[in-house]
Amino acid sequence: MRVIKDNHVVEDNWERVDELENDGPLPAGQVIIPFSYWRDNREQLISSGKTVAVCVNGDDETDEVARDLEHFELIALDFPKFTDGRSYSHARLLRERFGYEGEIRAVGDVLQDQLFYMQRCGIDSFQVREDKDINKALGALKGFSVKYQTAADGALPVYRLRGSA
Amino acid sequence: MYQYDNYDQTIVNERVEQFRDQTRRFLAGELTEDEFRPLRLMNGLYIQRYAPMLRVAIPYGLLSSKQMRMLAHIAREYDKDYGHFSTRQNIQYNWLQLERVPDILADLASVEMHAIQTSGNCIRNVTSDHFAGIADDEIEDPRPYAEIIRQWSTFHPEFSFLPRKFKIAVNGAENDRAATQVHDIGVYLVKNEDGEVGFKVLVGGGQGRTPYIGAFIRDFLEKKHLLSYLEAIMRVYNRYGRRDNLFKARIKILVYALGPEKFACLVEEEWEKIKDSALVLDQAEIDRVKTYFTLPDYDPDADKDHGCEEKQKSDKAFRDWVRRNVKGHKAAGYRAVMISLKAPDVPPGDATDKQMDSIADLADQYSASEIVVTHDQNLVLPHVKQGDLYALWQALDKENLATPNIGLLTDMICCPGLDFCQLANAGSIPIAMQINQKFSDLDYLHDIGEIKVKMSGCMNACGHHHVGHIGILGVDKKGVEYYQLTLGGSAENDAAVGDRLGPAIEKEKVAETIGELLQVYVENRIEEERFLDTYRRIGIKPFKERVYATANNTKESNSRGVKAVASH
Ligand code: SF4
Repeated sequence: MRVIKDNHVVEDNWERVDELENDGPLPAGQVIIPFSYWRDNREQLISSGKTVAVCVNGDDETDEVARDLEHFELIALDFPKFTDGRSYSHARLLRERFGYEGEIRAVGDVLQDQLFYMQRCGIDSFQVREDKDINKALGALKGFSVKYQTAADGALPVYRLRGSA
Repeated sequence: MYQYDNYDQTIVNERVEQFRDQTRRFLAGELTEDEFRPLRLMNGLYIQRYAPMLRVAIPYGLLSSKQMRMLAHIAREYDKDYGHFSTRQNIQYNWLQLERVPDILADLASVEMHAIQTSGNCIRNVTSDHFAGIADDEIEDPRPYAEIIRQWSTFHPEFSFLPRKFKIAVNGAENDRAATQVHDIGVYLVKNEDGEVGFKVLVGGGQGRTPYIGAFIRDFLEKKHLLSYLEAIMRVYNRYGRRDNLFKARIKILVYALGPEKFACLVEEEWEKIKDSALVLDQAEIDRVKTYFTLPDYDPDADKDHGCEEKQKSDKAFRDWVRRNVKGHKAAGYRAVMISLKAPDVPPGDATDKQMDSIADLADQYSASEIVVTHDQNLVLPHVKQGDLYALWQALDKENLATPNIGLLTDMICCPGLDFCQLANAGSIPIAMQINQKFSDLDYLHDIGEIKVKMSGCMNACGHHHVGHIGILGVDKKGVEYYQLTLGGSAENDAAVGDRLGPAIEKEKVAETIGELLQVYVENRIEEERFLDTYRRIGIKPFKERVYATANNTKESNSRGVKAVASH
């Protein structure tokens, strides 16, 4: 599977597992498990010493995810529909408030015209919806050259730039 | 007025190119209709009943004469020679071709205008008081803050896919002329006990199918915290606002489900964590933006010219116009002139290209090149010398722009309704016409005095019917247009949602029914009481009795009427 990562299209083996019995075993390989699975099996997974990748959806509480950041190699944020914007807040909070430095990946209904916003909120890899041309989507990351407001990308708000001109 | 610097212009220019590309991809089949919809909506573009409709942003309603000429040009070049000023202080064009919209946006960008975030589930164009800067009850000019909010909210990466549309109004005067309390966020400039000016903030106001007056969640906010506080509100809403049901997705539902106190706590908790971040608004930026909203050089001798008073004595038509359409001003010898877009034979809020050009010329000649759009769909020339009133009136009259009805019955707010809007249940423009036909006697209208009639073609309430002294809502009963009346609403300081009068009435009875309501008012009013005051004193009962008593007596003729409507 190909994803956009660090401004390139790259091959990637992480696989998202949606259907997972919450008391079933952890599948082998590079899998992204639902955050709810992590929550239900937390003690056991922590004592196994493995780092995992979790998929967080809009209903999950960011604070709860933030407790266990050291165990997460990757956090996928779900966009079930591209119009569902809750994960933008997750992303900013994970980066700006909780200082998560691992990979944050957008999964689900991820389309070219949202990438710019996602990136500004701190998402750094993108699993573009399969039927779309990922190379074209890559071009959209650039978006606007001016950003009025600050976000997880550390952009200074325009009023700070004006002040220093 | 505000002028773009390089940053502002770059964003708008890049937006034109981005939308050009999105439109191209859609036309080439690379984007489905579903995928294109939110993109075009964020750019004010709807697909309407007959053609695409484009809503152009007029931030806080302020226009230069140059911009007004561009709006005229767009009406002429791309549309059927007119545009429609809306209750959002914006302008809408109803007959465009999709392929040409990128060119329109490029034309707009050349005069520092755009259509960014005029629709879609994002923070919409910020609205304000149409007398901002010139009102004598003003605490501080709200427009610099509205402009600062405009910039902060433009392409905000976190808040571009909200549960639902989001409207913010800023009012800077004692009197609320921005319908602030029926906005998702309402911001009032206020002075605290120490004489410091800051903001009082309310949330959760809104119209639509469940109307709410907003709840105050903060009595005083220092200016430097404006953006961090707004960001905290937005974040709580973005995370917890409902997304499962379109009709329950506005912030008002969240605020009232949690209770305003609980909501306020969540906001304060979030705000504590971000209030000292890069969101702090420096005084330098406030001062910079303020320098754009200075007043023109007023003529110190303007109040010495009394020619117009003489003219008023001799010319009744001019006198009527001054009485209704000329408003006070904080500078001696100056007036704010209302241009009525409610001539009897024209859909409320419409202006032709020719009218727009004339208004631009008149603004250059008489009003420091500035024009303001009001939320009740009229225009203001904000800086007119009293000595110029007569000449200005004559010029406006020639263009059918001097109907002396501001604040009167025929100064109705009216959404596009069934004539244009995809979502409409019933017509609203034909009802406006009906009312105009029945109430053509100016002296009668002046006698009735201030009354706000507001009309929507469906529950989305774009015509603000909930807050009309008389509200009219179009409903559909088995394919027949009916109208539900409400009484006693207000969007001002005494904001209230109107009460339902009773069962909906038939289409051809609307004006007649309003006549009956006015009769009850005239019989009961005390001295200078307005319709709304009388209503509040005597309650709904006498009105109800009059309307439905007559309705029952004329049942026979009614059934004929319904058939006539059905075949319409
Ligand atoms: S109130 Fe309804 S009919 Fe009128 S413009 Fe809004 S959506 Fe359309």
